[in-house]
Amino acid sequence: MIKVENLHKTYGKNEVLKGISTEIKEKEVIAVIGPSGSGKSTFLRCINRLEEPTSGQISVGGTVITEKNIMKVRENLGMVFQHFHLFPHKTVLENLIYAPITVKGISKEAAKKTAEELLKKVGLFEKRDEYPNRLSGGQKQRVAIARALAMNPSVMLFDEPTSALDPEMVKEVLAVMKNLAESGMTMIIVTHEMGFAKEVADRILFLEGGTLVEDAAPQQFFTAPKSARAKEFLEKVL
Amino acid sequence: MFDFSRVTPSIPYILEGIGVTLQIVIFATIIGLVLGILLALCKIGTIKPLKWFAEFYTSIFRGTPLVLQLMIIYYAMPQMIGFNIDPMPAAILGFGLNSAAYVSEIIRAGINAVDKGQQEAAKALGVPYSKMMKDIILPQAIKNILPSLMNEFITLNKESAIVTVIGALDIMRRAFIVGGDTFQYLEPLLIAGVIYYVMTLVLTFLGKMMEKRMRRSD
Repeated sequence: MIKVENLHKTYGKNEVLKGISTEIKEKEVIAVIGPSGSGKSTFLRCINRLEEPTSGQISVGGTVITEKNIMKVRENLGMVFQHFHLFPHKTVLENLIYAPITVKGISKEAAKKTAEELLKKVGLFEKRDEYPNRLSGGQKQRVAIARALAMNPSVMLFDEPTSALDPEMVKEVLAVMKNLAESGMTMIIVTHEMGFAKEVADRILFLEGGTLVEDAAPQQFFTAPKSARAKEFLEKVL
Repeated sequence: MFDFSRVTPSIPYILEGIGVTLQIVIFATIIGLVLGILLALCKIGTIKPLKWFAEFYTSIFRGTPLVLQLMIIYYAMPQMIGFNIDPMPAAILGFGLNSAAYVSEIIRAGINAVDKGQQEAAKALGVPYSKMMKDIILPQAIKNILPSLMNEFITLNKESAIVTVIGALDIMRRAFIVGGDTFQYLEPLLIAGVIYYVMTLVLTFLGKMMEKRMRRSD
């Protein structure tokens, strides 16, 4: 589904990604973990080109991403941000239908129907006419997930989706994500929620200092990490 | 000290200047707004030469006195273009070009003040640049822009008094002429002052109303 080959990213003299290669299969749920500054967010943001890779190649569904086709590819890659980034001047429903109508040319009625179903799925149907600033953090993030899903993407990217939330709201967002994983969505999740990663992910990618240090099943990674760096990291966070 | 009796017959003459002043301000604002938007788009865009041009333009018009700019247009330009230019068009052009520099900065700052995440969210959804600007960024920027724009408009209204130096018959010039005719400057200048002050008050009031209405939509 997604193939990353020798991905490098440099900011000035600072090399954030030092050659990452991996492959993600359809319906796979990947948790990307690692200490802050390890390059995990940059890795994720390179996949949909919010960051321009310095070198390396990424393909989605067999298509190599280029400057020219990125807009088309992005329709297929849903993204959820740490700080939600809902459109504050649009209602919840308008947030969901804007891109399907504008980008995909779907009729307003059809887009509305899909949006309402999605809102029911994330438990926020009754908030459809509210503006985002009337919602709690957890509700905002659930709307953001629904907004990304409204484009009917084949892959969902999550950039620390619970890091900006109050502790009591983390659960509701993780529950939505778990449902999504169980429905067979391909997901790449940058997260600090180790419990969630262990429970939901099929594979853990452990990044440190811009390199992919470990690529393992959660069971193995959390009980018997191979590298010393992963061991050290797990000791700190668990 | 005050003797308005000799000046009173000339009050209507001074008041007619309001129309002239408003004409200058309104047309200059339109030029300033249109040109300012274009310059702002150049500044935030990615085309380097346009960006340099817009920044150079702003720097020149903000870095030299407005009186100088007016005088160059009115007195010096005929030498280049070969024909004279009337005071009114010169005043409108001068204020318009000058105002564009300030307006472009207001708009640029207003757009930049919109959270970068908004752009990223739109990009990630595959929304093309022009639609993102029109539907996502500008509607949010307008809330930052309008109050400052109203201030610029009020400033322009007051500062338009210096068109006197190129002889446009605005409120200020008329007051000055009446002063010269009657050998009494205090009274006509006071009248001019009151007119400007009332105009500023009215515009400020309108601006506050507008801000209030915008806040209600939050």
